[in-house]
Amino acid sequence: MRIAVCIKQVPDTEARLRLRRDERWIDEEDVPFVINESDEYALEEALQLAEASEGEVVVFTLGPERAKEALRKALAVGADRAVHLRDDALEGGDASTTGAALARAIEREECDLVLTGSQSDDVGFGATGGVIAGHLGWPHAWLVMGVEVEEEGTARVVREMESGVNEIVRLRLPAVLEIQAGLNHPRYASLRGIMQAKKKELSEVGASDLDLAPEATGAAGALTEVVSVGFPESGEGAEILEGDAEVAARQLVERLRREAKVL
Amino acid sequence: MANPVLVVLQQREGGLHRMSREAIAAGQSVAETLGGSVEAVLLGEGLDAAVEEVSAFALAKFHVVEHEALASYTPGAYVGALVEVVDAVQPSVVVLPHTYQTVDFLGLLAQRVDAALVPEVTGFESADDGLLWERPVLGGKLTSKVAVRGGASVLVSVQSGSFSADGARSGEAPVERFALSADPEPDRELLGTEEVGGDQVDLSQAGMIVAVGRGIGDGEKMSVAEDLAEALGAELAASRPVIDNGWLPRDRQIGSSGQTVSPKLYVALGISGAIQHLVGMKGSKTVVAINRDPNAPIFSVADYGYVGDLHEFTPAFTTALREAADS
Repeated sequence: MRIAVCIKQVPDTEARLRLRRDERWIDEEDVPFVINESDEYALEEALQLAEASEGEVVVFTLGPERAKEALRKALAVGADRAVHLRDDALEGGDASTTGAALARAIEREECDLVLTGSQSDDVGFGATGGVIAGHLGWPHAWLVMGVEVEEEGTARVVREMESGVNEIVRLRLPAVLEIQAGLNHPRYASLRGIMQAKKKELSEVGASDLDLAPEATGAAGALTEVVSVGFPESGEGAEILEGDAEVAARQLVERLRREAKVL
Repeated sequence: MANPVLVVLQQREGGLHRMSREAIAAGQSVAETLGGSVEAVLLGEGLDAAVEEVSAFALAKFHVVEHEALASYTPGAYVGALVEVVDAVQPSVVVLPHTYQTVDFLGLLAQRVDAALVPEVTGFESADDGLLWERPVLGGKLTSKVAVRGGASVLVSVQSGSFSADGARSGEAPVERFALSADPEPDRELLGTEEVGGDQVDLSQAGMIVAVGRGIGDGEKMSVAEDLAEALGAELAASRPVIDNGWLPRDRQIGSSGQTVSPKLYVALGISGAIQHLVGMKGSKTVVAINRDPNAPIFSVADYGYVGDLHEFTPAFTTALREAADS
């Protein structure tokens, strides 16, 4: 079984963020980049599934040169090969263009299963997996908390739902599974793994390799465009109740009864 | 005449999902700005009760798609049916509630109908050439404004609490039974469900909530909040730090990694108001905030505030409530 894992390199959201001068995104200078959290869980799940089936794990990312660091880390923890969708024409798109490009790259590698994280920690559309599935014509599931590959060419999948219930479903393979953080314990790279990673194949593909016209992909092909980002505005503000605790508490009860009418 | 706005409603076992009403309110608001009509669609089987409820909203048309293959949700069957409805209605904007179910099929639907996609919308504003959609990025640390290019139709899922369900205008919605040209094809088999970690509390339906934050200081001091909750008849909840400290169970967490609530009264005790918390509670009708820090962001979303020690104020609030109830 050949398992594709799509990962994204994202800014560390714990870092102190500043706006870029054009206020369309953050200033990426000095911001540390990391593998998106749920993608790390997807990679670990793929490694475990591959170990159980003598399979191969191919990791994909779309991003600028710095994203190679994320691929090297994935190779160091155990992925067999990496494919870097590295082309300025592919950059700056949205889930639709990125998903389309990844689907083409996955098709070229003839994979049997695609795993990816459920949501990116930067833009957070949570849609790329569904777009990939649409292009490949495969079933998919979002927020996956467990995967068991069955003999009949199916997978038993546990999905997280709202209010503390998991749903158990069966999908036919090949499929796209979008992994929720927390379903396993991602392993660390060993020193040996880091050394071995240097010898593993890391190939680059561009828009033309994927038969994507530059005007139909990346920023040029995207139907959406971020026109600005900013720190959230604060609202009108509360009516601050004055006086000591007893006085203010009595005023509050009165307000809740007569103004807000919630008591 | 502008193309209609189409609202995709969500139901479970024939009952309308709470956020469906918020989606109707959002759709009506978008249509008012763009100048088109609002239509809605509901998929499933055995929908009589939900259909009756929805037909009392101000909608130009209400498409009901009933089919046995839609009885339980699967993305394949739902998207197959929605593609037909979208093709027939030709909406400029499709509004969906931002639920786990919606996110599961949203990317696939966007790919099938070749529409722009803007998930987790918290608001919108008019711009020269259309609408700008607001949504959080980077874990809610920033808000982004997203434009749709070239007059493409767009799918937007609206975040819970961003549009008030009470704002949905009532009226009369003519029900149209939508006949599918092809049988929907489920692409997964539902084997069952399992509870995660025993009893779970659903706070989304709570009328009143007393929520505790880091400002409580110590898990031993939780009784002031418990007493207040009892006096109000409210559910007890917390922000993430309180849960991570083990002072309340995880199923009582409010915020982006917990539950999203919209009670009529939300009392925030010692909660500073990080955006991850605010997204979970800003749909509350009336918010009371008690905090030592007058600059705490929670005061910007609160209706009433008290700057001071919650350990002094909360018992006084409880006493005042009991006195008022007796009088």
